[in-house]
Amino acid sequence: MAKSATKSVALAPGMEGFVSDWSSDQRVFKNVPWGKAMMWLFLLSDTFIFSCFLLSYMSVRSSTLEPWPNASKVFALHIGGQDVPLILIAIMTFVLISSSGTMAMAVNFGYRRNRKVTTYLILATALFGAMFVGMQAFEWTKLISEGVRPWGNPWGAPQFGSTFFMITGFHGFHVSIGVIFLLIVARKVWRGDYDTGRRGYFTTMKGNYEIVETMGLYWHFVDLVWVFIFAFFYLW
Amino acid sequence: MADATHDDVGYVPPAEIEEQDLYHAKSWITKYVFCQDAKVIAIQYSITAIAIGLVGLVLSWLMRLQLGFPEAFSFIEPDDYYQFITVHGMIMVIYLLTALFLGGFGNYLIPLMVGARDMVFPFVNMISYWVYLLAVVVLCASFFVPGGPTGAGWTLYPPQAILSGTPGSDGGIILMLVSLALFIVGFTMGGLNYVVTVFQARTRGLSLMRLPLTIWGILTATVLALLAFPALFVGAVMMLLDRILGTSFFMPSIVELGEHLSYGGGSPILFQHLFWFFGHPEVYIVALPAFGIVSDLISVHARRNIFGYRMMVWAIVIIGALSFVVWAHHMYVSGMNPYFGFFFATTTLIIAVPTALKVYNWTLTLWRGDIHLTTPMLFAIGFIVTFVNGGITGLFLGNVAIDVPLSDTMFVVAHFHMVMGVAPALVIFGAIYHWYPKITGRLLDETLGKFHFWVTFLGAYLIYFPMHYLGFVGVPRRYFELGDTQIFDQSVGDLNAFISIVTFIVGFAQLVFFFNLYRSYSKGKEAGPNPWRACSLEWQTAETPPGHGNFGKELPLVYRWPYDFNVPGAKEDFIPQNMSQSEAFPKRKAAAKTSRSRAAKK
Ligand code: HEM
Ligand SMILES: [Cu+2]
Repeated sequence: MAKSATKSVALAPGMEGFVSDWSSDQRVFKNVPWGKAMMWLFLLSDTFIFSCFLLSYMSVRSSTLEPWPNASKVFALHIGGQDVPLILIAIMTFVLISSSGTMAMAVNFGYRRNRKVTTYLILATALFGAMFVGMQAFEWTKLISEGVRPWGNPWGAPQFGSTFFMITGFHGFHVSIGVIFLLIVARKVWRGDYDTGRRGYFTTMKGNYEIVETMGLYWHFVDLVWVFIFAFFYLW
Repeated sequence: MADATHDDVGYVPPAEIEEQDLYHAKSWITKYVFCQDAKVIAIQYSITAIAIGLVGLVLSWLMRLQLGFPEAFSFIEPDDYYQFITVHGMIMVIYLLTALFLGGFGNYLIPLMVGARDMVFPFVNMISYWVYLLAVVVLCASFFVPGGPTGAGWTLYPPQAILSGTPGSDGGIILMLVSLALFIVGFTMGGLNYVVTVFQARTRGLSLMRLPLTIWGILTATVLALLAFPALFVGAVMMLLDRILGTSFFMPSIVELGEHLSYGGGSPILFQHLFWFFGHPEVYIVALPAFGIVSDLISVHARRNIFGYRMMVWAIVIIGALSFVVWAHHMYVSGMNPYFGFFFATTTLIIAVPTALKVYNWTLTLWRGDIHLTTPMLFAIGFIVTFVNGGITGLFLGNVAIDVPLSDTMFVVAHFHMVMGVAPALVIFGAIYHWYPKITGRLLDETLGKFHFWVTFLGAYLIYFPMHYLGFVGVPRRYFELGDTQIFDQSVGDLNAFISIVTFIVGFAQLVFFFNLYRSYSKGKEAGPNPWRACSLEWQTAETPPGHGNFGKELPLVYRWPYDFNVPGAKEDFIPQNMSQSEAFPKRKAAAKTSRSRAAKK
């Protein structure tokens, strides 16, 4: 069985532990593998990207001279002869949140070295992700067919379409990348790379179930970002 | 008693990190081209950055030709001039200085100074360079598209950046924005590596407070870059959409040549906020590595420990944090809410405190030091002088009431060239003179080096000092020519001609430096492993230049900070970081033994 890439160190609790970690040698974040540290840092940087996008959205929404289209009308689906506001978004959000659940379970089963269940859970996560992207594509198509364009729309401020397509597009891009990497990780788990410590392509470190967790960090992040997009776009 | 405290310095904790398994290059291509070794990547970064920097230098000559001798060079049209300005500014700030400090020095020095075999993810690190190269190629390509590169100024302010009256509004601006986005992507891959390597891959015994200040500077600058570039990235994406798809993020309702454009409702000030949220930290992305490197150069060449090491570290960190809350001092005249000006002027002036602290500490390190006026030391001292100079004019510009009349004059140009053009360039030169022996195994020629220093240093003052004056009398920045403007005296023109001539002399003097680099590579004096008798780890490698994996079979163990110069009782005037207490003080150990045996006898 492959051992963990890093040796684990006993940790002091609380503030004292914080100080002693930062003043120790070798590693600031004890027992945190390199890949995971790097993912956290990347997510911090990515947070700044999404924050800039969302702040820009708020800024143009208040600077534009025309009225902002009414979200509950625009994002409504016509079902059974009446408009149901936000129904699609509710389903999309539900799917994405569920995918976070399966991801968290995958991490758990990964550490228990249950290859089969881990693989299935990761695949389920990827499937939920793909469903989300599919529904987003559906929403885009619907809006485009109603005449929404990045440079204008029938109901008001042109910035509505531009921010909508830009931000959901950028988020959808994150989800799609995530799905691809989930599939790659699923394959590796299935093949047992993380049990044999097979070396990855990007890294010189031995493969390890910590990678499932690292992947999970990314996935939960994308999920969390969606909550903000949801709140600022659909509920405001 | 003294021995007891020294003894616990000697304890080295057990290893927590498994040895890194490196990729061993098998062919020439994987060894020198698609190489995963941070040292090779560093050289690749440096050569690319310096090459594109030379393009920036030539562009500045073309501008100076026009400014010094208006109407004498008919091949420079007003449009060309704006393109030169823009590409010059962009190249110098981003593609030269950022890439050279972080991609170049960062890659070379981080693994060596923290005692690691390589960056934590060498493959990602390699990709980082290739994406950077691609960004540079895209930037250069903009010279060859119809309409040429963008002439919007390096700040790329909308709406003019994408209106058809601005040169390069066809393809130029698009390529510029794409190139910036690529640069950011490439940098992020490298930057993540640098930070994680410093945080998580240090050698045994090396705590953060034993890192050389160079590493602290590069580390903090990288963190700043990872948090500041996102704003530029977002700004670039949105402007691309404005330009290509006709969205109106930054574009207000506008009439151009009598025609009402289809834009409307966007916010140009929003771009300025995004740009300067990146732009101001960018100043420190360039300055902090320079601060760090200078601290090390001064300490080594004055044979004294750096004064107030902890203060220096905290100053770097605090400057880095504060640099995120000062950005709108670039926007006093933009029409934003005047209360903002009050807030941002205050924060700007607060940054002066940790900065001044650093200058005092450098001076105090030199105070009564055993100063060796080697070339690196000259450049380091030159930096301090220049930086103080530029910092003081910064205090002027940080105050709203003084900035409003000075804004967009040559005074601003003089200020930022002093503080982020000349000062970091001097550090880069100093650092190259200092580390060249490690990289190649040979010293650079000192005589040529000193000549290079004096011409560059004095020349920079001759160029930029008069510019402050030009700014005071009101000569505007980004003007193609002053024409028949009556308000300017004849002397303004003469001064401009003078500056231009000096520019050419200084520029050509750099050839001496390149000649020195070239000749010393084969003919320079053999340096040996540690020519400056420095303490930090990069000088303690088994081979010079360091081989693949940096440290031979065993990673070094660190027992002390990197500034143990002239310690009383030590057998030499410096103690390398990886030398244990008993090796460094053989006599003391013997003395301790005899006193112990004497005590035993009693
Ligand atoms: C080689 C020596 C250099 C010379 C002779 C030079 C000269 C100039 C000149 C004449 C301008 C245009 C001023 C105007 O009319 O507004 C300019 C602009 C600028 N330079 Fe330099 N420069 C040099 C090096 C650098 C370096 C090392 C940097 C790096 C920070 C730099 C950054 C800039 C920037 C940011 C601008 C503003 C561009 C703009 O207005 O859009 N320069 N330089
Ligand atoms: Cu600033």
